Amino acid sequence: MPVSKSVGARIKRREDPRLIQGLATYVDDIQMPGMCYVTFVRSPYAHAIIKSIDASAATDLEGVVAVITGEDVKDVGGVPCAATDFPNVQVPHHPVLATGKVRFVGEPVAAIVATKRYTAHDAVDLVEVDYDPLEAVASGEAALKDDAVKIHDTDTNLAFTWDLEGGDVEGALKSADRVVKERFVHQRLAPNPIEPRGVAADYNAGDDQLTLWSSTQIPHILRTQIGLMLGIPENRVRVIAPEVGGGFGCKLNVYAEEAVLGFLARKLRRPVKWMEGRRESFLHTIHGRDQVGDVEVAVQNDGTITALKYTVVADMGAYYQLLSPAIPTLTGLMLCGCYRFKNVAMHLRAAFTNKMATDAYRGAGRPEATYMVERIVDCVADELGVDPLEIRRKNFIANDAFPYETGTGLAYDSGNYTGALDKALKMADYDGLRKKQAEMREQGRYLGIGLSTYAEICGMGPSTAMPAGGWESGTVRVDPTGKVTVLTGIKPHGQGQETTFAQLIADGLGVEVDDVKILHGDTDTVQYGTGTFGSRGTAVGGTAMIMAMEKVKAKVKRIAAHLLEANADDIELKDNRYIVRGHPEQGVSLTDVSLHSHRGINLPPDTEPGLAEAHFFEPTNFTFPFGTHIAVVEIDANTGEIDIQRYVAVDDVGNIINPMIVEGQIHGGIAQGLGQALYEEVIYDESGQMMTGSFMDYALPKAHNFPRFELDNTVTPSPVNPMGVKGVGEAGTIGSTPAIVNAVVDALKPFGVRNIDMPLRPEKLWRLMNGGASS
Amino acid sequence: MIPNTFDYHAPKTLKKAISLLNEHEDAKILAGGHSLIPLMKLRFASPAVVIDIGRVSGISRIKIADGQIHIGALTTHHAIASNARLRRVCAALPETALEIGDAQVRNRGTLGGSVVHADPAADWPATMLALRAEFEVGGPSGTRTISAGDFFVDMMTTSIQDGEILSQIRIPVPPANTGSAYAKIHQSASGFAIAGVAAQITLDGSGNISAAGVAVTGVAPIAYVASAVESALIGNSPDEATLTSAAALAANDASDANEDLHASGEYRKHLATVLAGRALTSAAERATS
Repeated sequence: MPVSKSVGARIKRREDPRLIQGLATYVDDIQMPGMCYVTFVRSPYAHAIIKSIDASAATDLEGVVAVITGEDVKDVGGVPCAATDFPNVQVPHHPVLATGKVRFVGEPVAAIVATKRYTAHDAVDLVEVDYDPLEAVASGEAALKDDAVKIHDTDTNLAFTWDLEGGDVEGALKSADRVVKERFVHQRLAPNPIEPRGVAADYNAGDDQLTLWSSTQIPHILRTQIGLMLGIPENRVRVIAPEVGGGFGCKLNVYAEEAVLGFLARKLRRPVKWMEGRRESFLHTIHGRDQVGDVEVAVQNDGTITALKYTVVADMGAYYQLLSPAIPTLTGLMLCGCYRFKNVAMHLRAAFTNKMATDAYRGAGRPEATYMVERIVDCVADELGVDPLEIRRKNFIANDAFPYETGTGLAYDSGNYTGALDKALKMADYDGLRKKQAEMREQGRYLGIGLSTYAEICGMGPSTAMPAGGWESGTVRVDPTGKVTVLTGIKPHGQGQETTFAQLIADGLGVEVDDVKILHGDTDTVQYGTGTFGSRGTAVGGTAMIMAMEKVKAKVKRIAAHLLEANADDIELKDNRYIVRGHPEQGVSLTDVSLHSHRGINLPPDTEPGLAEAHFFEPTNFTFPFGTHIAVVEIDANTGEIDIQRYVAVDDVGNIINPMIVEGQIHGGIAQGLGQALYEEVIYDESGQMMTGSFMDYALPKAHNFPRFELDNTVTPSPVNPMGVKGVGEAGTIGSTPAIVNAVVDALKPFGVRNIDMPLRPEKLWRLMNGGASS
Repeated sequence: MIPNTFDYHAPKTLKKAISLLNEHEDAKILAGGHSLIPLMKLRFASPAVVIDIGRVSGISRIKIADGQIHIGALTTHHAIASNARLRRVCAALPETALEIGDAQVRNRGTLGGSVVHADPAADWPATMLALRAEFEVGGPSGTRTISAGDFFVDMMTTSIQDGEILSQIRIPVPPANTGSAYAKIHQSASGFAIAGVAAQITLDGSGNISAAGVAVTGVAPIAYVASAVESALIGNSPDEATLTSAAALAANDASDANEDLHASGEYRKHLATVLAGRALTSAAERATS
């Protein structure tokens, strides 16, 4: 798509004024007469039998309307999982309130409804639950041992297995000049959007209509699932996702609280609301990562890597959430990274543990792949004694090889890996940095340079490759007076599509950006859609909208041609006017056409009145963004402190609609990826107690932790959609984590260090630099 | 924040605040709220009565008079960090203040609130000990003064008695040829000190160290004076060798070492020596400039 006046422009986000001025409506802003407040009694034990629940003291508290337990909701369906088609799979029932047993700390056991929010919180301590604590298991590998306590009263904690094999891995390993091995730990992370989850529900008995407001990325899927869980027809449920204050994947889910609130609104015939506290968010909003894997690569002496084998245990937590089992399989799909690995295999064992479920967190399975691949490439360079750059160049998929069929069965759409690499090397002055590193080592100073040359999967995705539909929907409506309303099936929550979509429509239909309204998130307003996740909003949702817009535009041209007494093929859009080619003086505006079409007389033959079209877009493939990130760090040997001196990133996300929004996504992504590398870790102790349940102990990255990011891009359009966009939501997160770890390991090379587990706490580095082992 | 129910009082005078505190059994003083509110939010603290001293007049001023720096207990970290006179007279004070939390925390949090909370990883206790501060405490029977050395008793415990309120902190105005500094390594989540060292050095006419105050926070259950460091400095020239060898003793006076998710005791003790070196170097430079 050519860059015209709006597309490609650095237009400020139209969403921001309302967000900055406090004018946005979040779930907690929903107030209704007679609204009650809900709190949850949650398990303090990782694993225990519930002997009895005495809610009488809570029920007696003035202002408490109801207390319900698992018994009361036994007819409510379990929390759903959409991805269970795996070998050896166990799909345990996941009750919305625990019955009989609790299986992780924070599991909801009872719900309290009170007329006041404070009363609802006061009543939590008054519900007496008599527990009989059981032994707990808090790591995936421990859970798979024969003698481990069993979580679901079956004879194994094995949740499922999954094997992926392309080519002849064992053969390549046998015939390799050498085999390089390493073990990588992808620690558990908490997504932590600024706005935690929240749900409000209201039942209108007269209309037999349940309205559920939820801070969710997937209002339509949630509506379907709530209807199924509560056993009510889907058209009697309306889900509204109002302003959503961030999600990072954790709101790509269906949670127990959503069903319980819907149940309560119907049962009590009163509006109810629950807002998650930060502590609850740590305990009972899905976590990300938590994989431990051993990788082996077959290497020729010239640096060619001929095979990669990844044997991994993924920790599911106690129950599945919506997509839990699917996440580590995404790791498998991206085993090749941006390399020509023809022989690849992944052997996955997923385990149940007494912890919160893992599921999609920004990157969702791909960061694990990228980290493992980019780290092992550095290990190979280390063993061969060559610069990590050489191994990358040696194994890159060639620029003329696209579309490229990977050993994991994917077809990479387009790529130019050396283009992004060369640009980043030049920006960073890579050769100069290596010289400086050598000089500083002479002085006993430890500079490290880390490369990450990543490729990832975006634009999710073809329905055939997704646990549910992968398509997306869009409607474009032109009002009689020529203003445009778009109904999109995605649910933006920080990605800025109210701006970028308006830019696309403005150019496409010949109106101003301010003439376009983008509606999303209300299932009674917007046609069914899939939602926002997997960097799909623009690549898939945007394409659906563009296709609908093209239908509108074709009709506009027919009507314009009719009005101008010309042939529709001769109508072109110029300066917001539909003109007869070569005769700019003869033209009509979108408003002229729309008024005419809505008046409904003197239309061209076989033309319906009105002006609105819908489109459901099914992508034929994923898209595959890529890039090179370079981190430069200096480590203080005296303290292990890491000084990030420079951070260079060249990302290729295809065509760019709004460079400012793309940069914003990259900035946030890098910060979040560095958060994993340096700071973040959800820690459960051996008894399954969470040790990092607040921001006093769970460290998020902060702006002052980072230098100014030096960004640039290359542009390799995707052939998968007409805009040539790839998606940018997760690229920064996926690319950055290995760059920083590679830099720190590189800095510590003089100490014989080859691997350090994340997060790279200064004490670990200090120990490695002072003769100790990393702990 | 959804805390337990509590009664709220906002007295305008210290006298009224003290009498309210003595009238109610389960009462807590609210100053800047940066220790109490988080505890109440999590319902780890659930006082029946909260006495908000935010409107008490006369206890949020910084004044230098009679050879003393007087800092009202309600003075915010930001007020200390941004006080130009303090930067010249006693650099460790604004330097410590600037290491606390973030701008929002510094705008609300108070010196008095921080020291009475006595968090083992708070920044102020080290600086108070190194600068030999005194704490003026009001109670039902009048006012008394507690030296910093007697003030910090144990983790989260000071020698302030029930019914007493800290009103003012007094620090001797440093003599000529004195420099002070604070050095810290942050815990990456909370921003509190994994370790922090405050140091003050005074030089005599011949350029030797005639007085030294060095104290450490974050490392042990309570902040402590690093007496071994101080002794090693006195009488010596503030050269690199002296400062380095003295700094190496910074963990000697630690009663015990804090251990948690973020750092081992061994690492904390090591950091005390590194940070003592940084703080002493900086203090010595300021003493000679």
